[in-house]
Amino acid sequence: MASFDEKAVLKKVFNYILLIALAVVILAPFFIGIWTSFLPTMDIAKGNLFSTNLSLDNYAAAFTKTPILRYLLNTLVISTITMIAQLIFCSMSAYAFVFLKFKFRKTIFTLFLVTMMLPFEAEIIPNFATVKQMGLLDNYAVLIIPFLTSAFGTFMLRQSFMQTPIELKEASDIEGLNHFQFYWNIVLSYNKISMITLGAYSFLGSWNQYLWPMLTTFSNNSRVIQNGLKQLQSEETFNDWGMIQASAAIIVIPTIIVLFIGQHYFKSGMNEGAVK
Amino acid sequence: MSTVLTNVSKRYDSDKTVLSDVSAEIQTGEFFVIVGPSGCGKSTLLRMIAGLTQISDGEISINDKVVNDMAPKDRNLTMVFQSYALFPFLSVWDNVAFGLKARKNTSQSEIEERVNDALKMVNLEELKDRKPRELSGGQRQRVALARAVASDAKICLMDEPLSNLDAQLRIKMRQEIYALQRKLGLTLIYVTHDQVEAMTMADHIMVLHDSKVQQIGTPTEIYKHPANEFVASFFGVPPINILPATKDTGNLIEVNNDFKMEVDQQVPNDHFQVGIRPNELVIEAADELDANASIKTIEFLGDEKIVYIKMAHNNVEVAAIVASDSEFKAYDTIKVTAKNNYLVFNSDGVNITKSVEDVVNA
Amino acid sequence: MLKTSTTDVVPEKKIKAKQRQGFKLNAKDKYFASLFLGPSLLILGLFVFYPMFKTLYISMFLTNTLGKTTVYVGLENYVKLMSSPDFISSLWVTFVYVIAVTVLTITLGLLLANLASQKLPGMGIFRTLYSVTMGVSVAVAAIFWLFIFNPSTGFFALLSNWLNLPVVNWLTSPTNAMWAVIITTVWMHLGFTFLILLGAIESVPSTLYEAADVEGASSRFQFFHITIPMISPTLFFVSTITIIDAFKSFGLIDLITKGGPTNATNMLVYRIYKDAFYSGNYAKSSAEAIILTVIIAFFTLLQFKFLEKKVNY
Repeated sequence: MASFDEKAVLKKVFNYILLIALAVVILAPFFIGIWTSFLPTMDIAKGNLFSTNLSLDNYAAAFTKTPILRYLLNTLVISTITMIAQLIFCSMSAYAFVFLKFKFRKTIFTLFLVTMMLPFEAEIIPNFATVKQMGLLDNYAVLIIPFLTSAFGTFMLRQSFMQTPIELKEASDIEGLNHFQFYWNIVLSYNKISMITLGAYSFLGSWNQYLWPMLTTFSNNSRVIQNGLKQLQSEETFNDWGMIQASAAIIVIPTIIVLFIGQHYFKSGMNEGAVK
Repeated sequence: MSTVLTNVSKRYDSDKTVLSDVSAEIQTGEFFVIVGPSGCGKSTLLRMIAGLTQISDGEISINDKVVNDMAPKDRNLTMVFQSYALFPFLSVWDNVAFGLKARKNTSQSEIEERVNDALKMVNLEELKDRKPRELSGGQRQRVALARAVASDAKICLMDEPLSNLDAQLRIKMRQEIYALQRKLGLTLIYVTHDQVEAMTMADHIMVLHDSKVQQIGTPTEIYKHPANEFVASFFGVPPINILPATKDTGNLIEVNNDFKMEVDQQVPNDHFQVGIRPNELVIEAADELDANASIKTIEFLGDEKIVYIKMAHNNVEVAAIVASDSEFKAYDTIKVTAKNNYLVFNSDGVNITKSVEDVVNA
Repeated sequence: MLKTSTTDVVPEKKIKAKQRQGFKLNAKDKYFASLFLGPSLLILGLFVFYPMFKTLYISMFLTNTLGKTTVYVGLENYVKLMSSPDFISSLWVTFVYVIAVTVLTITLGLLLANLASQKLPGMGIFRTLYSVTMGVSVAVAAIFWLFIFNPSTGFFALLSNWLNLPVVNWLTSPTNAMWAVIITTVWMHLGFTFLILLGAIESVPSTLYEAADVEGASSRFQFFHITIPMISPTLFFVSTITIIDAFKSFGLIDLITKGGPTNATNMLVYRIYKDAFYSGNYAKSSAEAIILTVIIAFFTLLQFKFLEKKVNY
């Protein structure tokens, strides 16, 4: 009987060791990256990773010598606009599929589903020609307009809207709300969680775009952060690792902080779900 | 050869006591029901016997072996959960075989035999290839039972197994569980909040309330000689009428000016309460002069009627059971009297009725 | 969000019944429908449907360096691709990468999720730490790992020096470069996969485990006979997501290996990009794009089929 107790304790200790070891491995690239961002490039180049010459010089250099702030601003603006546009247009089309009755509804919905099977990566040639013809190259618009809506977002919101109690619609009909009022006042607020999820998803999706901006933007005025980082990395012939790591840290730290804060909400949501 | 609980306690975070000082002996082969209102700690007690919840204090022993620190699987018992805990991805047959396969010490042929026997016993042979979602509530319940039957464990724990079923099925399954327990000679420890289940099935009942044991006894003892006011009101539908009373002259006690009764025992001089079951009250039509109460409402139950009565004085409300052909109606004025079968509780709610044996012995 | 779509799919029939009861045909609906759907249809038509057909069209022609179609050749471009060892090797490399990434991401994600789902104090911290890579973008991940892989100043090189092991040339040997890309991809995907699987594991009713405890099932047995089957819908879902994402990998390739060395990591999308925008061979690139589309469509369809079924048991 005592052995059961001892075994349980041993198992716990083993579990914690495993948990910590895995955390260290997963976080190592962060730690190494962020640690080296405080070191002079000379020390990094010499392999002197335990140097004590810690400073914020790399950060100062990143901010002053590179257009990283401009890249950040570009990305922020583009991602925010894309997010808002997707929230509006996806929710509108999702609303139409769930609450409106019209000819070809099924056909059009199937079209949307088909869209989800077609990878954007496979369509870059004609799309490039299109935006070039529209004169949008090297402009915020070229990174926003193709992504104003998304079939995935529409599909996801449709699933969520379908869970809206039918009584809400009936009550609104009795009250005399028109479709726009019902959509705006009731459906959107009832499905807040899905809207927030889609918002986060589309923002991150836009933030992580790489191939399309690489093709369509070529000046610092419209270059986004992902491609900007590559630019910095390839421009530095002598590989100024300290500064490159600092730039990476500047980009990743805000997202991590947001994630930490979000985790709190996420966790409480999880707990609610897990209560027995 | 029994399950013994000695001063078992459960506390969370030092100040939240869920169970305190629970002691009981559960005989091998008996049907033992733990009953109490929700939140009384009955499920916690069952989970502690199963080993799913650690106990804070005291000792649980099964067949003379202290099992406090023993893992659930080593206690050699089975458990039927309120939600049945069926594996949705396994067929009925595989669900029943799950435990036997998990233990890995039963041969394939023996597993097959035991599972088939268990399914036969609960009349599920034909459905053995179905998935749980293709079964009705009663059938799922039977799968859970079969799982307990298939195991060779002689102690079976059940946590509100019938509470997810409709009223009719509940009665049917109650009988099936009872028959199974008798047939297999299982020691069945059964948790419920339903006093009817407790009364109809148990050999012994443990009444839990406020994290304490109120009484342990046979259904008859619990009903006839409840230890206290709580136990008295928990059993019986409609519940016993508990009326505050004072001592009058001689053998008389007074509930109010118009309602006095004779008791042949000592009662406290100050406050006490008298308990009269609804079927121990007699009511008769009376004109306003003789009446001491009026009828509020009547519930027709088929073979009897429940009459809810408001006393003329101090507005005390009581319930009485009358024959279904009696012709009372709401707002009738009536005279209520009590038969000579009552319980007396002191101001702490403890039953101080002189028992029949005491009277005889005296 | 992805979890919502695995669990909340209402079977088509049910919706129809609901709508038949709930909504009357309304003349105004038509007007609102065009208003609500119009913008999305326009964008999708212009940037998804039209380019798809256009790509298919180009893939059956020869093109000049400006991308203008010249001679109709039918399926010849495809035939050429299929007989080009270069392209076949690209396909092969892509498949190896996709399989490795999927297997590793799912296995590790499952291991982490199972560990972090234990009811032990401090688990919240580990959950946060394990999900951290979700906040890392392509370029950042590439930079962090490029430094680690760097043969002269990188972390792995230093580690090998300290341990007196030969320094591995991560980015110049074909096999190692492949591993470098795989490791980075898995690392990036791990946070997301972990969170989704953790959510699935936590939603398994705890009574199932308790029943198994009482019945005497070991925790290993419980993992394989309760956890895995119970979360199999989610497992399938994250697997297809990972597969689709891996097939579309571009950023990490461009940042870490540029398809090299000697085409060892020249995967489909990277090839599409290079053939079109480096070599100006638009017809060839289009045919490759169509092949990619077929692959992605297959896996997406698989996922749809599965979503319709909703559960696997």
